[in-house]
Amino acid sequence: MPESSVSRRDFLKVSSTAGVGLMIGVFLPAKERLVAAGLAPSQPFEPNAFLAIHPDNSVVITVAKSEMGQHVRTSLPMILGDELEADWSQITVLQADANEQKYGNQGTGGSGSIRESFTILRKTGAAAKEVLIKAGAKKWGVTIEECIATKGKIIHLPTKRQFTFGELAEMASSYSLSTNPKLKDPEDFNFIGKSMPGKDTPSRANGKAQFGIDIRIPDMLYATVIHCPTFGGKAKSFNSNSAKGIPGVTDIFAIEEGVAIVGNNTWSVIQGQRALDIEWDHGDFANWDSNRIKSFMEKKGGSGKAVIARKEGDVTTAHKKAASVFEVQYEVPFTHHATMEPMNCVAHVGNGKCEIWVPTQVPQRVQTKAAEHLGIPLEQVKVHVTLLGGGFGRRLFADYVTDALEISQKIGKPVKMLWTREEDMAHDFFRPTSIHKLSAALTKKNQAKSWSHRIIAPSISAQRSPQKFTKGELDKSAVSGARNLPYEIPNLHIDYIMTNTKVPVGWWRAVYNSQNGFANEGFVDELAHLADEDPYHFRVKLLKNSPRHLGVLNVAAEKSGWGTKLGKGRGRGIAVHESFGSWAAHVAEVTVKSDGSFTVDRIVGAIDCGLPVHPDGIRMQMESGIVYGLTSTLKGEITIKKGAVEQSNFHDFELLRIDESPEMEIHIVASDEPPSGAGEPGLPPVAPSVANAIFDATGKRIRKLPIRPEDLRA
Amino acid sequence: MARYSITINGKKQNVNVAEDMPLLWVLRDELGLTGTKFGCGRGLCGTCTIHLDGEPTRACMTSVEYVDGSEITTIEGLSTDLSHPLQQAWIAEEVPQCGYCQSGQIMTAAALLEKNSDPSDEDINTAMKMNLCRCGTYQRIRKAIHRAAKEI
Repeated sequence: MPESSVSRRDFLKVSSTAGVGLMIGVFLPAKERLVAAGLAPSQPFEPNAFLAIHPDNSVVITVAKSEMGQHVRTSLPMILGDELEADWSQITVLQADANEQKYGNQGTGGSGSIRESFTILRKTGAAAKEVLIKAGAKKWGVTIEECIATKGKIIHLPTKRQFTFGELAEMASSYSLSTNPKLKDPEDFNFIGKSMPGKDTPSRANGKAQFGIDIRIPDMLYATVIHCPTFGGKAKSFNSNSAKGIPGVTDIFAIEEGVAIVGNNTWSVIQGQRALDIEWDHGDFANWDSNRIKSFMEKKGGSGKAVIARKEGDVTTAHKKAASVFEVQYEVPFTHHATMEPMNCVAHVGNGKCEIWVPTQVPQRVQTKAAEHLGIPLEQVKVHVTLLGGGFGRRLFADYVTDALEISQKIGKPVKMLWTREEDMAHDFFRPTSIHKLSAALTKKNQAKSWSHRIIAPSISAQRSPQKFTKGELDKSAVSGARNLPYEIPNLHIDYIMTNTKVPVGWWRAVYNSQNGFANEGFVDELAHLADEDPYHFRVKLLKNSPRHLGVLNVAAEKSGWGTKLGKGRGRGIAVHESFGSWAAHVAEVTVKSDGSFTVDRIVGAIDCGLPVHPDGIRMQMESGIVYGLTSTLKGEITIKKGAVEQSNFHDFELLRIDESPEMEIHIVASDEPPSGAGEPGLPPVAPSVANAIFDATGKRIRKLPIRPEDLRA
Repeated sequence: MARYSITINGKKQNVNVAEDMPLLWVLRDELGLTGTKFGCGRGLCGTCTIHLDGEPTRACMTSVEYVDGSEITTIEGLSTDLSHPLQQAWIAEEVPQCGYCQSGQIMTAAALLEKNSDPSDEDINTAMKMNLCRCGTYQRIRKAIHRAAKEI
């Protein structure tokens, strides 16, 4: 069996040659020093890169954030390499193993990689460039003012003599680094703001990219698991007689969360899993289904004590004075992350140590979890991060890692543990279902004088850390996107009622902004219609003091041809939403037939994510947010029956297909504000822009996802 | 268990595996050709698409017994140097995001271009609609296929 763990081999190679080159940690040991140097004013210190320049002139940039399709292994090296004045072709990328001391927080989520890394990566590149120049000047016996760095070389301008970075690496490493180097003028950026070719694109086009599922290590066995389909249930007993007879199956045993099947290849263990006869103790959640969850939420939402998230003015008085009060309810279902690569983990536990190869968004959470689970020191747990076949928040959870650890520990060998798609479908941390009760006090002319929004939903934070919510504390995450409503309406009341069940809930792309954005942007559209105003102009009027909302809204409206006529059965809808420090607006165009079937024909999107570091990467993330968002708008719904997920694979949990993918046109709003992210902000406005377009086409208001053709039948 | 002889990417391979083992696991576990991915195991997502005697085929649903004596092309065999026009187009259009489904996408597209050197959007949709991409690269896939078609 070939050994092909790229990250491990390369890591050793770099470590062993680093002594003769220039190796620069992005971090400095003490936070105080950073604060003093102005590098970490008030934020926690979260550096994420690591630079080595080798005598062979290679520039190795370690990326400590996880690569799951957002091209962080391209954009982060662009930032560092730009200040360094490296040549793009000399930069190779190395994926960091888990190491909090070295890299700070490696958690990858919240559209934060660029936002968190921008300044520190620039300073790292700039500081390294300074000492390379210093080394060149010293060798030539000239002043540093006569030398420049460009395309991987230091040049003495008056004489045109030059050294490569590699030739100066050893000498440069003897100088101490400035903590406050001079940064480039943005006008001089070589990489930032340009669409540099993706470092991983070739390997993703020839099958060489290594995902977790592709890791192979010597003496490795294969395993799969089965967990109780009912949430909170356990295996009571199992009969493995027929499963053990399957060729290649070597072992079957109980693990904490279910039953493990081990064998010589994946097919054997899948067959073994199917042949197992397990008696489950389904537990008390077996009496629950989607209807019961909804009744529970509605009951609690009507009578339970709400936690106030935002209060301005006096909604009660506004309601009393109103000519009428307009009230509606929006609903969003559970949905699934459905990464194309099912959950998997390769682990080797033994001799008081553990080595893990895993596609994860949280290398350090994996490391801590493994150390705790095995009762060994953190330093004895090595976590190698592979490429991720999709993340979207699913791989912020490390539940599947313990399956692999338990199996490897028990068999005393390395194991590749893989969930089947069915197992993956049954055991996600789902995007929370939610109910939104919205109301507005209207004047005689139907002008809104108040905005009330009650969010009724399970809490991800409270499910994970119930101890933090014993005294009626607000789960700020659950109200994100609702609490910061940008519309200027005089009386506001936004509150939240927590409705947790045993269905595991988690951070799904854009988190609660996906539900709250749908409710906000649907409701504001309704208010515009009641006031007999154009929904775009109505928003503009209420966003006078929100320039970045206006910026994206205006671009989306203008580029989409807002206001121009569309044919029969066609409609246009608009929505704008801020999340994760970025602003996005979409205009969707739909065609609805009389039988209710409809198509989303075109989406024009605009984003303001500050200074655009990697424009094509931003466009990709916007396109991705649109397609991902459309899946949850039109299709993917998770329902519960007898306490378990009803859907099992892609036939009953459908994803958007190429023939349903609309024409997309993305516009990036120019900005010199600090850069933020693009992975999530494009998602929240998708569902409401489509729902609003359907209203424009048909006069039918959509307040529930997913949108089904039967809801639109004339 | 039984012995089978399959030509994979022009090279004859002998394997000794269970009769019902899908080709996917022969490729991945027995031969170490991990470019072909596992997505659903039920022929629903297209991630495991390979060419079986030139036809795009789901390796997860095709038993080794069925392909004995056949010629298989996987993503590793499409070209050895990224020179296939689709691979070039995939790079030029920056199609992949996470990349996990892209081997299957490219193999399906390659079979399409073998039969139809100038496909319309409609032809592309028809040929590609059983290949799922969760990152949403569909628009770029369409563009890249058109680009590659011009090169052929």
